[in-house]
Amino acid sequence: MGNLIGKAVKRVEDNRFIKGEGKYTDDFNMKNQTFAMYVRSPHAHAKINNIDISSAEAMDGVVKVFTGKDIAEAGIVGSICGWQVDFKNGDTMKEPGHPILVADKVRHVGDPVALVIAEDKYIARDASELIEVDYDILDAVVDPKAAVHDGAPQVHDDVPNNKIYEWEIGDKESTDTAFENAHHVTSLSFHNQKLVPNAIEPRAALGHYDSNEDKYTLYTTSQNPHLARLIIAAFVLSIPEHKLRVISPDVGGGFGSKIFAYNDECGILWASKQIGRPIKWTADRSEAFITDCHGRDHVTDAKLALDADGKITGLRTKTYAAMGAYLSNFSTCVPSYLHGTLMQGLYTTPAVHVDVTAVVTHTVPVDAYRGAGRPEATYSIERLIETAAKEIGMDPAEFRKKNFIPAFDGVSQPGYQTQVALQYDSGDYEGALNKALEVSDYEGLKSQREEARSKGRLMGIGFSTYIEACGIAPSAVVGSLGARVGLYDAASIRVHPTGKVTIHSGAHSHGQGHETTFAQVVADAFGIGMDDVNVVHGDTENVPFGMGTYGSRSLAVCGSAIMKSVDKVKEKGARIAAHKLECSPDDLEFANGAWTVKGTDKSVGFGDVALTAYVPHDYPEGEEPGLDFASFYDPANFVYPFGTHICVVEIDKETGEVEILKYVAVDDCGNIINPMIVEGQVHGGIAQGVGQALYEGAVYDDSGQLLNGTMLDYTMPRADNFPMFETDHTVTPCPHNPLGVKGIGEAGTIASTPAVVNAVIDALSDYGVKDLQMPLTPQRVWKAMNNNGKL
Amino acid sequence: MSFTINLTVNGVNYNDVIDTRVLLVDYLREKLELTGTHVGCDTSSCGSCTIHLDGKAMKSCTMFAVQADGADITTIEGMCQNGELHPLQEGFKEEHGLQCGFCTPGMIMTAADLLKNNSKPSEEEIRCGLDGNFCRCTGYQNIVKAVQYAADKS
Amino acid sequence: MIAYKFDYKVANSIEEAFSMLSSAGDAGSFISGGHSLVPAMKLRLAEPETLIDISKIPGMSGVAIEDGFITIGGLVTHAEVASSYIIKESCPGLAECAGVIGDAQVRNKGTIGGNVAHADPGSDYPGALIAFGATICLSSSEGSREIAAENFFTGLFDTAKEQGEIVTAVKVPVASSSAYAKFPNPASRYAVVGVGVALNMENSTCQSIIIGVTGAADHAYRAKESESILNGSELEENNIEKAASAVSESKEMMNDLVASADYRTHLCGVMLKRAIAKAKYRS
Repeated sequence: MGNLIGKAVKRVEDNRFIKGEGKYTDDFNMKNQTFAMYVRSPHAHAKINNIDISSAEAMDGVVKVFTGKDIAEAGIVGSICGWQVDFKNGDTMKEPGHPILVADKVRHVGDPVALVIAEDKYIARDASELIEVDYDILDAVVDPKAAVHDGAPQVHDDVPNNKIYEWEIGDKESTDTAFENAHHVTSLSFHNQKLVPNAIEPRAALGHYDSNEDKYTLYTTSQNPHLARLIIAAFVLSIPEHKLRVISPDVGGGFGSKIFAYNDECGILWASKQIGRPIKWTADRSEAFITDCHGRDHVTDAKLALDADGKITGLRTKTYAAMGAYLSNFSTCVPSYLHGTLMQGLYTTPAVHVDVTAVVTHTVPVDAYRGAGRPEATYSIERLIETAAKEIGMDPAEFRKKNFIPAFDGVSQPGYQTQVALQYDSGDYEGALNKALEVSDYEGLKSQREEARSKGRLMGIGFSTYIEACGIAPSAVVGSLGARVGLYDAASIRVHPTGKVTIHSGAHSHGQGHETTFAQVVADAFGIGMDDVNVVHGDTENVPFGMGTYGSRSLAVCGSAIMKSVDKVKEKGARIAAHKLECSPDDLEFANGAWTVKGTDKSVGFGDVALTAYVPHDYPEGEEPGLDFASFYDPANFVYPFGTHICVVEIDKETGEVEILKYVAVDDCGNIINPMIVEGQVHGGIAQGVGQALYEGAVYDDSGQLLNGTMLDYTMPRADNFPMFETDHTVTPCPHNPLGVKGIGEAGTIASTPAVVNAVIDALSDYGVKDLQMPLTPQRVWKAMNNNGKL
Repeated sequence: MSFTINLTVNGVNYNDVIDTRVLLVDYLREKLELTGTHVGCDTSSCGSCTIHLDGKAMKSCTMFAVQADGADITTIEGMCQNGELHPLQEGFKEEHGLQCGFCTPGMIMTAADLLKNNSKPSEEEIRCGLDGNFCRCTGYQNIVKAVQYAADKS
Repeated sequence: MIAYKFDYKVANSIEEAFSMLSSAGDAGSFISGGHSLVPAMKLRLAEPETLIDISKIPGMSGVAIEDGFITIGGLVTHAEVASSYIIKESCPGLAECAGVIGDAQVRNKGTIGGNVAHADPGSDYPGALIAFGATICLSSSEGSREIAAENFFTGLFDTAKEQGEIVTAVKVPVASSSAYAKFPNPASRYAVVGVGVALNMENSTCQSIIIGVTGAADHAYRAKESESILNGSELEENNIEKAASAVSESKEMMNDLVASADYRTHLCGVMLKRAIAKAKYRS
């Protein structure tokens, strides 16, 4: 027993998944259920003159057809924005409405105009084709920068110039001065392109209203069932919260796209009450492409100021960030607080200014996608850093070392206060870089590159030294910045009479392996076996009000709530043990699953204490029976993982194809509970970041049509796109949470995109290519090589 | 329009009158309640729906169930033999070849066919052999290792 | 993704297939592997009222070699072509081509007959079959006929096949120095450009070369200009370069998100060079 922390314990949850016995939303069915299909706009911007549902309603097997008129009459407003980011001049953020079904005007391809409910999905599909919508097609705007121009098509009448907010952070004046006095300025302009998350399981909902109990149940694909319940019950459908149960069973990947309480799911739940029967809806992939919230879509100008010595003296960015056609739940905080505040990176840059204009466009809404703001910030910084190093002729590793924040542990040395509001908790940035240089054999790589180049081969090395902010908190601070929710988490620990333990977790696992990691932590804490602990998550009826899983927060925030409950169990257990051992709790120490009187061999085991707590015959006076505690944990600060990734590529001169020859990742996520799971998170993160660098990107035409809205057109990484990644780590514990952990879910994605692009640009250095628009497709690379670096 | 099919799935014979336009994957999931076979796309791209039909890996979303009349089908639920995990199932667990688990059944079915035709595949052969399956979680590395684990074991 | 309603019939002989089709009329369609038709039906881009399954018709499976010709039944899957000992020995380029179609699962179900009948512009087989001098064997209730692959592919999703004809087999002459090189669409794995080359070298001289190109234009074509540059040459680098720059001929190149016309033109040349190198190695 014990010593599970730090071990690569095999995952408990795998037992069901490898046998095909996972239970995802679409695997559930209810008696008497109906099937729904949304009818969606084929146009990006159009006025609806008329919707004729009569033929569809008349079809055999059609239960009901709803349109925007029904929704409007029911007084339902649609999903909400959960973070208010006001204009820098003090004006309030613009918040256009987002109806569940559109009645007057569609604003992106995929905007729903009708909901067909039928006895089976075949009838629903057939009937949906009979719905005739008369549209007047209007001009659309898809480019975030063009959207603010006078005369650009307006997405919402109440959002002038399509501006949701204009926001800034940092000191403009000192940054201006830094640039005025700069010895060298590096400038880049790019589009951090729009990405489609494509979790392999499409979104789904199974909604039911039970009139006997006056109660709703919603099975859905959510990363955070309690948050979904709160938004749906309190803000969208006005259901008393205790009358709604949200169950998020096994979920097939999220990457951010399943954080949000989508209108589609709300519509299913609402309609189930109207028709008095359960309704099932599962999105097609084509539907997912035009309805799941996309990521990124930042158009950015970025500049770095240097002194003559190669020290960074200032950084400035101006970004137009697309929100898409409507404000999704957390869309507004992504380009502001999750992006702007990270813009100092892990450098000592003394002056930073970030200016962000958030705009609506006629495209699918944009919200948090793996990394959420931090990849965009890191891309800007790390592309500038690498470009600057090249421009001044310094080795990119040396240039970074010259500008790194020195190591600090956050305990004996204070946290590091940046120019853009954050206080980093602990870090040893040079340590991670040095380890990566060693693991990758950087000197050897440089000689290989020389040799390759002498033979005319295009080999390149790219770095990315990143820091990210996870476990966003504390609630009071985020509240003061406009968040309309708290950002704590919750967990309870129920010790059963026989000494077995159930953890009820507010965090939701959809690939992260909580059922294993959380059990490891608790089993170790109590000195019991993994088999003695199980984890329950994903059902609002069974778990405390936690905020769910996103932003690499589960272990740092929910894990801390678990540890608080562990402490409470141990404290009470000690009082019970002390009673049994006839001593004071202060005389006891807990180790190896037992309380022992210090300096003696007198002890009582965890199981004995648990049994005593539930069979309290011989029991401390005044002590309540039971051993069951819930805790909420609101972190003191974010956690700040960091690291260095090094990518080595070779370009096929003839075709422009990029091959990754080697990829080294050294990450520091503080203490590691399960290295196998941590490594898996890094692998997946790298792949997704490489996806952005080389393959992925939503392409819209000027009319607002998504041109690559299927998996046949939108390229995602496959197994044969990668070499074996080499991963390693350094450990700089987080000083402010009980496990000393940071977060690793997004690190790979944040780090890898600029590492890959930096490597490709390095490989193209003989062609005078300074920058290339992502994704670096073979065509783009080839054209850059064959057109003096221009496209 | 209906049609009668007779087929074997995981060793069990079924005789059903079905609507001709029911896809094989929907027949398996909805009629036989074998929900381990998943649907991740609508363009025959993602491979989540991979099953074995007469011993060969195929995408059950790209067939009408009527086309499987007379076939012998194995789904992920049929991979355990006498309560023993298939070496690939074991490999996916041992090598952490899955995270959310959604693509896993399809990956295992594709890999099983790959190993049947090539018992000692190289890393490159494994990676290319999995071209018809997307995983968004793992970066594929541990999936490759899981297949190597199974190859080494058998 | 749900298709329109349709009637489904299984033909147990080719004659039965023809008679089923004649009863179904214009709204009838044959299906074998279904890997072109089913996706189109799911998206409701194709709406046959009657599907006539020809996959169980005897005599259209299997690969045989006789008198210098390989006969591949119309129902032979891509995986079977890729792994056929006969084809690997006698026309390695064709096995190579079949082995890079789609992915493993698609290759297990898709058939050569269905593939050539569908004539997707990004399909791999057409380029290879033209290069390897293949003949497409067709049957209908009117009788049977054969068309050279070179003349079979006539347009975007269009062929010389008449409504009611079935691709019963593909005949390929033995071509040991054959090769196929492809630049795949990174998303769909269809050919952005695919080039097949059949080479006949004698004493280091190219006695004859046939080049087939797929993916580049609206249908696969034979690149005769490049052939004439190479015929009689010793395949010196400068000749190959010349042939590579001519291989797009004056065809109108396709232009899409993956490859603009100029990049495609360039890729044609690169794939030609790669196919020649492989074919030469095999000679």
